[in-house]
Amino acid sequence: MISNNEIMETIEMISNQHLDVRTITLGISLFDCISENIDTMCRKVYDKITLSAKNLVKIGNDIGTEYGIPIVNKRVSITPASLISAANGGHMELIRTLDKAANEIGIDFLGGYSALVHKGMTAYEKTFIESIPEALASTGKVCSSVNIGTTKAGINMDAVKMMGGIIKRAAYLTKDQDSLACAKLVVFANAVEDNPFMAGAFHGVGESDLVVNVGVSGPGVVKTALEKVSGDLTEVAEEIKKTAFKITRVGQLVAKEASKRLNASFGIVDLSLAPTPVMGDSVAHILEEVGLESVGAYGTTAILAMLNDAVKKGGIMASSHVGGLSGAFIPVSEDAGMIKATECGALNLEKLEAMTSVCSVGLDMIAIPGDVPDDIISAIIADEAAIGVVNVKTTAVRVIPVYGKKAGEYAEFGGLLGRAPIIEVNRYSPSKFISRGGRIPAPLHSNKN
Amino acid sequence: MKAIVSVIGKDKKGIIAKVSAKLYDMDINVEDISQTILQDHFTMIMMVSLDDTNESFSSIADVLKKTGEENGVEIRIQHEDIFNSMHKI
Repeated sequence: MISNNEIMETIEMISNQHLDVRTITLGISLFDCISENIDTMCRKVYDKITLSAKNLVKIGNDIGTEYGIPIVNKRVSITPASLISAANGGHMELIRTLDKAANEIGIDFLGGYSALVHKGMTAYEKTFIESIPEALASTGKVCSSVNIGTTKAGINMDAVKMMGGIIKRAAYLTKDQDSLACAKLVVFANAVEDNPFMAGAFHGVGESDLVVNVGVSGPGVVKTALEKVSGDLTEVAEEIKKTAFKITRVGQLVAKEASKRLNASFGIVDLSLAPTPVMGDSVAHILEEVGLESVGAYGTTAILAMLNDAVKKGGIMASSHVGGLSGAFIPVSEDAGMIKATECGALNLEKLEAMTSVCSVGLDMIAIPGDVPDDIISAIIADEAAIGVVNVKTTAVRVIPVYGKKAGEYAEFGGLLGRAPIIEVNRYSPSKFISRGGRIPAPLHSNKN
Repeated sequence: MKAIVSVIGKDKKGIIAKVSAKLYDMDINVEDISQTILQDHFTMIMMVSLDDTNESFSSIADVLKKTGEENGVEIRIQHEDIFNSMHKI
């Protein structure tokens, strides 16, 4: 029998500490929708998504009601779209169909307008990537990602070079919305195939037909648990582990139930601590609770490394399958503590880059001045990819060069995407490096230093 | 299926009777009940069985939420598995 204290602890976590299931994401394979004919492809894609995910929102809400826990987002991820429209070149027709299907079933986002070009790029993938800015600017719910490097293949610098321009173009096409399209575009190294979080979710080519992946959250729960810990860092790490275990068990329960009701396979639970702009739901505040005046101070990277590790250790036993990105997210615009630290100058791009070497995922939701040149954005991507490729982890870049705005101003996105203070970047030119193109070879995995 | 009904707020005369009456109306059996002061709140926790009821879970939740609002307390109903999952290995 559960004790009253345990019941109250769970209720407190949900009602006062913002514990929620951040997303139920249904992965749908679209391989059986491939056709030489654009109309046929679009019809098959629309039918498959609207049929497979017809009840996703209702089922998510029902599970939320029954267990008394908010399930914030219901999403769909699909097979990388570049593979689906490769046979006919109908990229724009495909994204419009995806957006229409997403609206029809009432989901929050659909991820997978994606291309995997980590080693090389075909002609159809080049056309596909060129379509991304217009595709994102002309639709609402579809998210895009491009994988430009892996530990096994190295870094495709031709793709890196291209992505700088693509991001700037996407920013320009949505200049009236503070370059919102860039918030729906992620550039990955070592992208994972079962990520439930946006904007980087896609349904990997090795996945089965329908798969449920669940992302839990709960920075507020970890922060509250740590407020009671006065001991040393071993005790801090233990408390994080215990809390992560409890949070993940909820994710496991929801994932099992959702996959049963959706008639899909249970994929993974993603252990990420995902913040929201709401007060009391911040990863930065956890780091400060451990003992920093502000996130960004020396010590930030060390605490973040410990937090990330302890979350995984606690969560891994709580779920039968752990995957996705699993770690702590540090999106600047979506975290009240990160926004404050950026505003007061405690946190800059260089420290953020250092932080990404020990946590998932990367430079996330960072607003930069709109006049930053393409090749500087490409070089930011290259640096971040190098961290991922060498350290055998996923890294990503989701920067927003806010058209017409300068450092010190704000980009306002609203909702879960929040608002971001625009921060300056190092303006020294990487132009010659970026224009070389080619491939950075895969790194050595012995003699590590 | 078993669920936990929790009533949290200021103690109020007749609150147990009112919640019990609503549950009875919906053919929900109360299997266990405890009442205590936890973290400065009056807290009543009931283990109930939903095996006989014809009501949907969401309509039961709505009725209880409304009863809570009328009496100045928070009333929730949650499937017992969320507590079992979180606190038992």
